[in-house]
Amino acid sequence: MNTIRNFSIIAHIDHGKSTLADRLIQYTGIVEERNMKDQMLDSMDIERERGITIKSQAITLPYRARNGRDYMLNLIDTPGHVDFSYEVSRSLASCEGVLLLIDAAQGVQAQTVANLYMAMEHDLEIIPVINKIDLPSADIERVMEQIDSELGLDPYSALTCSAKEGTGIEDILEAIVEKIPPPEGSSSNPLAALIFDAQYDSFRGTIIHCRIFEGKIKGGDIIRFMHNETTYRVEEVGHFALDREKKSHLAAGDVGYIIAGVKTVSDVTIGDTITLEKSPRNKPLPGFKDVKPVVFASIYPIASDDYEELAVSLEKFKLNDASFIYEKDSSVALGQGFRCGFLGLLHLDIVQERLEREYDLSIILSVPSVKYRFTLEGGEIEYIDNPIRYPEPSKIQMSEEPYIRATMLFPEKYMGSVMKLCMEKRGENSIVHYPSPGRIELIFEMPLAEVITDFYDRLKTITQGYGSFDYDFLDYRESKLILLDILVNGERVDALSQIVHRGKARERGVHACERLKDEIPRQMFKIAIQGAIGGEIISRTTISPYRKDVTAKCYGGDITRKRKLLEKQKKGKKRMKMVGSVAIPQSAFIAVLKSDNE
Amino acid sequence: MIPGLYIHIPFCLSKCHYCNFYSETSLKDLSSYTQALVGEMALYKQHFKKFDTVYFGGGTPSILKAEEVADILRSIKHYFSLSDDSEITIEANPGDLHPEFLKSLRDEGVNRLNIGVQSFDDDILDFLGRRHSSRDAVHAIETTYNEGFTNTGLDLIYGIPGQNMKEWMETLAMAVSFKPEHISCYQLTIEANTQIGKRLGRGEITLPDEDLQYDFFMKTSESLEDEGYIHYEISNFARETKFISRHNSKYWNHTPYLGLGPSAHSFSGNTRWWNHASTDRYLDNIKKGKSPLEDTENLDIKSLRMEAFFLGLRTAKGINLQDFNNRFNYDLVAEKGDVLAKLEGSGLIEIADGHIVPTRSGFALADSLALI
Repeated sequence: MNTIRNFSIIAHIDHGKSTLADRLIQYTGIVEERNMKDQMLDSMDIERERGITIKSQAITLPYRARNGRDYMLNLIDTPGHVDFSYEVSRSLASCEGVLLLIDAAQGVQAQTVANLYMAMEHDLEIIPVINKIDLPSADIERVMEQIDSELGLDPYSALTCSAKEGTGIEDILEAIVEKIPPPEGSSSNPLAALIFDAQYDSFRGTIIHCRIFEGKIKGGDIIRFMHNETTYRVEEVGHFALDREKKSHLAAGDVGYIIAGVKTVSDVTIGDTITLEKSPRNKPLPGFKDVKPVVFASIYPIASDDYEELAVSLEKFKLNDASFIYEKDSSVALGQGFRCGFLGLLHLDIVQERLEREYDLSIILSVPSVKYRFTLEGGEIEYIDNPIRYPEPSKIQMSEEPYIRATMLFPEKYMGSVMKLCMEKRGENSIVHYPSPGRIELIFEMPLAEVITDFYDRLKTITQGYGSFDYDFLDYRESKLILLDILVNGERVDALSQIVHRGKARERGVHACERLKDEIPRQMFKIAIQGAIGGEIISRTTISPYRKDVTAKCYGGDITRKRKLLEKQKKGKKRMKMVGSVAIPQSAFIAVLKSDNE
Repeated sequence: MIPGLYIHIPFCLSKCHYCNFYSETSLKDLSSYTQALVGEMALYKQHFKKFDTVYFGGGTPSILKAEEVADILRSIKHYFSLSDDSEITIEANPGDLHPEFLKSLRDEGVNRLNIGVQSFDDDILDFLGRRHSSRDAVHAIETTYNEGFTNTGLDLIYGIPGQNMKEWMETLAMAVSFKPEHISCYQLTIEANTQIGKRLGRGEITLPDEDLQYDFFMKTSESLEDEGYIHYEISNFARETKFISRHNSKYWNHTPYLGLGPSAHSFSGNTRWWNHASTDRYLDNIKKGKSPLEDTENLDIKSLRMEAFFLGLRTAKGINLQDFNNRFNYDLVAEKGDVLAKLEGSGLIEIADGHIVPTRSGFALADSLALI
């Protein structure tokens, strides 16, 4: 156990986490150079494109240190986005130390701080690493000052590297061995294994990723999930090399996998504790939380014939994404579909993209919503995350919406515009900190509904990329809510309805009409778009029809060319949803939420 | 429904700046080419028996000598037969229409001329890369009538970069002044691999916007109908029903046609096929007794139905609902009733006497109508 080190890399988005992970893997030689793809750990295409890790991954790196001894370094990768902060916390709980990676040019950012706090909560050894020192704009001294003043860490403990160029890697590996303490615990105690991830394998079922804190586990053992209260028989255990590497057993201190005939990842809860059925531990490991989705939207197939296929795809998708939930839903305008819950807007984006890319589905997402709380006549409480189910207005006694605490970090000169943005987003009770000269930490309480739209995008724009953002859930607060409907040619399109704050209803109505005007292409008929509250029209706009489109002549007998052209256009049209006789493109549903000034 | 025969003459003295039809600018292969055409006819003698239209298109068919046209027509009659009342059309460049040439054509049985006037504005002719002038065109039309042709069509192009309504109406008025039996008014179609296409791509020129294109189209239709012409297809006008192009109509109503020559397209039954767009390859294939076919396409009933639908909506006759149902077992009114009613309400089509007929503004949106 003295030769095991369990660690994680934490960083603000784009500070080079995946590149550093690649370098560590490469340095320890478990993958030959020619097989090295950039960013080994981010296995999904989308992750590579977006530069963020969505699911955590783990890998064991064999390393012979300068002291001549062989070590097993278990690197547990963590998801890099606020939507997945619980998953991050479980990965951190599985480690004894972290590399806190900071971009030498950008310096400390909001997620750097958030991640640091999380690492501190878990009592981890923290090794600051300044990355990208090869950049011309790198300012190591400034970052060291920030490490001191903003993070409260010893700046002289910081290592420097360029993951991109592969410099400073050995020093990092040495620091992992020297500074991060070996795991504690005893193989003779009752088994306590923390689940930090679960992935679906079509041949073996769920692959449980876990950290063994106490005891020992081997094939044939009967295990119990302490929170889920289910039992399984272990088929195989092992370590993570580049692929899975079967072992006779896992013991206290190890990071590895368990295969135990668990059908879907939804049967496993991240953060749950595994123990042995016959000699159980008396209580689970601490820190368990049941994560609930916060953003909801409905998914409809563009062609209603694809409903069954969508159902099958969602079921398959769910196998590998336990935080995604869905149930049947139907809309007057869009037909049969599914109401889905997501951890955040990014999670929603990812799900949409993967459904389209991996399952080849054309889908429409309705306007995303948070979960509102209504107290009805007679004291009955209803949670509504779907505008279609908005309660009868005369029966509502009180309406409430979820609030979050938003933490933003940015250079001082943007203070005015960020304040303005937060006020516009109904922010209240602000707190301002000056973590270091020239930088501001601004904390606001604001409705989650305001943040799920485009808050983060706008913050980044306003601060020219220097602003960062993190949030956590606060509570439900009373709020005057109202249902804003959108009518297209007089027909209510329920999937475009939104629950909005009364004070912003008119503005949102005007805005939605304008955005739809931009998104819906001109068609053969005049299209009237109206925003309505109850029966009252509060905004309107029209899209004038186009008048001339026929160009290519059918001459010389080449009808094939013309037909193929029309078939192609017809296919394009199929990517739009017909509502009455109006074709509405996918993009329109999200666009009504986004603001103009991007 | 007697089939039509198309003869492609893939030679031009120069390439027009907008044209992407296949042609060669060297005439060296011209004589062996007319021989090869005869060779290709032989390949089809089992499949086609009789035609009632012959259309010489190009390229520039008027580049042929009258004897060559005569030879080709003789070969057609050798391998197939021609109805007595056959419509025999030749496309012609205004500069080529000399009196002797016209006389000989008429003697050989050519009874319809289609003159590529394109514009009566010399600047526009220059822009389009035409090798004739407006005066050549006037002269050619007069000569044609002097030589006793009684079925002459003029081809015009509108929607040209920089063109305004006044200029276009002047060209149109000039054309009407000759009282031709047939007028085709084509909106300039931009093809990527043409000189105009490339200039447009580089941003050197811009096309008239949609509103102006719409106005061009509507004014063209209105003024020609005022002059008594029948707007029988999106781009085509006839002074009387009997002057409607019988050959081109075959393309639009699924009548079989055989196309000979490189890049020529043919249709029969449920099959479309077409030749390689290369004269070298064509000559080589025919010499070896091989078919110069590039590809064949068998249409399933759905594709045929789609074609019948979009082609029908490009003609004033429209779609006969009963025929459509008989052919495709598809009741348009039952399947698309709602949207058809809406289109009718918007004045884009009329549904009457068992037909769906596009209106003038419906013609302007024929591509979208085809997509409902």
